[in-house]
Amino acid sequence: MSVAVPSQPDERLVKPRLWDRLVVRPEIGALLGALLVFVFFSVVTGEFLSPLGVANWLDDASTLGIMAVAVALLMIGGEFDLSAGVMTASTALVTAIFATQVGLNVWFALILSLVFALAVGALNGWLVMRTGLPSFIVTLGTFLALQGLNLGVTRLVTGTVQVSGMRSTDGYESAGMLFASTVNIGGTDFQVSILWWIVFAAVAAWVLVRTRFGNWTFAVGGSSLSSRAVGVPVVRTKIMLFMTTAFAAWIVGSINILRNASVQANQGIGLEFQYIIAAVIGGCLLTGGFGSAVGAAIGALIFGMARQGIVYAQWNSDWFMLFLGIMLLAAVLVNNTFRRRAERVRR
Amino acid sequence: MSPLIEVRDVGKTYGSVVALADVSTVVNAGEVTCVLGDNGAGKSTLIKILAGVHQHDRGRFLVEGEEVRFSSPRESLDRGIATVYQDLAVVPLMSVWRNFHLGSEPTVGWGPFRRLDRAKGRDTTKAALAEMGIDLRDVEQPVGTLSGGERQCVAIARAVHFGAKVLILDEPTAALGVKQAGVVLRYVAQARDRGLGVVLITHNPHHAYPVGDRFLLLKRGRSLGSFDKGDITIEELTRQMAGGAELEALEHELRAVEK
Repeated sequence: MSVAVPSQPDERLVKPRLWDRLVVRPEIGALLGALLVFVFFSVVTGEFLSPLGVANWLDDASTLGIMAVAVALLMIGGEFDLSAGVMTASTALVTAIFATQVGLNVWFALILSLVFALAVGALNGWLVMRTGLPSFIVTLGTFLALQGLNLGVTRLVTGTVQVSGMRSTDGYESAGMLFASTVNIGGTDFQVSILWWIVFAAVAAWVLVRTRFGNWTFAVGGSSLSSRAVGVPVVRTKIMLFMTTAFAAWIVGSINILRNASVQANQGIGLEFQYIIAAVIGGCLLTGGFGSAVGAAIGALIFGMARQGIVYAQWNSDWFMLFLGIMLLAAVLVNNTFRRRAERVRR
Repeated sequence: MSPLIEVRDVGKTYGSVVALADVSTVVNAGEVTCVLGDNGAGKSTLIKILAGVHQHDRGRFLVEGEEVRFSSPRESLDRGIATVYQDLAVVPLMSVWRNFHLGSEPTVGWGPFRRLDRAKGRDTTKAALAEMGIDLRDVEQPVGTLSGGERQCVAIARAVHFGAKVLILDEPTAALGVKQAGVVLRYVAQARDRGLGVVLITHNPHHAYPVGDRFLLLKRGRSLGSFDKGDITIEELTRQMAGGAELEALEHELRAVEK
C-alpha cells in the first residue's frame, strides 16, 4: 500500500559534517582512549611497539575481548551476566575432566562442554525471564553455584584443585590447532586467539546492526514492554543473548585449556567485572538499549595495552587499577552525555 | 456483516478483585469506539484483553464473528488488532525507521546471511509517514528526539501501514498539550477514514466526542452503557463520566466554601 519513494536526502538537512557523524557513535570515546593509550606507551617504552610487544598486548586483549563483545550484546539487550567470568573456567574444567579423567577424545570433550555452556546460558536466561528478577541477582547466584561446582567437582574427581595432563590426550594436537596455535607474521608468533577475537567482534557487530536479531537486541534492552507489544519475541531474544555469552565463555575456556594444558578450579573469578568494564568503556549503557560490539572490542584493547604497557614501562602493576578506575569513570561520564543527546525530548 | 470486534458481557478478576464485569460493546470498520472512564474504571483491563496481554474469564470476545481467546500480543496482532500504548509506543533510543519496522523488519538474503533491508526500511517509513501526512526531516534520528505527539503519530502510522484492521489507542492524548492532542486526533480520524475500526481510550470527553461514533462508559469495572453518538450529548457524556450527582454535590460544597 505504500508508494516507494527514491531515497533522496531531505532538503532541510545539510549533510552532517564528519565530526558530527562521529560523535554520536557509541564507540568513539573508546577509540580516542585507545589512541591515547597507544601513543602514550609507544613514546614511554621501547618494547611496546616492537613486534613481540604488539603480539603480547594483542593476546592479552583477545580473550578478554571475546567475552567483552558477548557481554556487550547482553548489556545492550538490557541484562548482566556475572557468571561469565567463572564460566570460562567451568567450560575448561568440563573439557579437561572429560578428556583426562574419562578418557574421551578432546573433540568430543569440547562438544560436551559446549552443550554444558549453552545449557547454563539457557538456564540463566530462563531464570531471569521466568522470575522477572534482576539478572544481576540471578547470575550472581549462578556465579556462586558454578564457583562451588568448579572447586567441589574438581576436588572430588582429581583430589586436587586443578586438572592437568591434557597433553597426553587424544585429539589434543588437532584441537590445539584450532584454539591455541600461533601464526608467524614477520618472524613473530601471534596467538590464534587474536583471530578469534577479531572474527567474533566482526560477526557480532554485523549481527547487531544489520539483522533482525540485532534490531530486537536493541529493542528488548531499550524497552522490553514496547518490544513485546509490537510482537518482538522478548523471552527468546534474551535467552539467546545469555546463550551467546555462554558460547563465548566456551571459546575462551577452550583457548585456555588447550594453550596451558591444565586449568585451576578457581580461575576466572573476578573477570566478569572486567568484561562489563570493557563493554562500558566501549560505549554500552548500564541501562541497556545502546552500545556497540566494536566498542567493546576496543575497550578490551585498551585493557590489554594498558596492562602490558605498565609492565614494559616497569611500573608497579598496582597502578593498573588506578588507571582502570579513571578510565571507567571517564567512559561513564562520556556515555551519559551521549545518551542525553540521543534521548533528548522536545516536548 | 459482523463487526470487527464484539465483546459480550466480558469480565476479568484478579484474585479477589473484580476488575471488569459484564461489559459489552462493538467496534465496526470505519468507526471510532471511545472507552471513557475515570482512573480505575477498568479501561486498561478491557484493552489488555483485546490486545492479548490478559485473558477474559467471563463472557465472549468475538473477532469478525469468530470467538477468540488470545494468549499473547502476537496472536492479537496476527488477527489485525494493533495496540498503541500511551508511553510504551516506541523504543526511544532507536531510530524512527527501526521503530517503525520493529517486529516486522524487511529483510534481504537467505539463511544465515539474511539481513535487514535498510534502504527499503527507510524509504517505506518515509512514504508511510508521508501518506498519513506526517513530515519528518530524518528517519535516522532517535525517536526520543521527537515530541510526545509525534511519537504517537509514528506508532499510529506504523499500525496503519502494517495492515491493522483494528487500532487500539491507550490514552493517546494524555500528557499532551492542546495543539498536539489535536494533531493526534486528526490521525485518529484519518485511520478511521481509511476503514479501520478504532478503539480510543481516554478520560477526556472533549477529546472523545468530536471523533467518536460510539461511547462506552465504564465505572468501577462496570459498564454505564454503550451509547451511539446520536443518543448522547457531550454535556450528558461529561456528566455521566464525572459521576453525575456526585459532581453536583461537589459544586454545592465548593460554592459553600466560596461564601
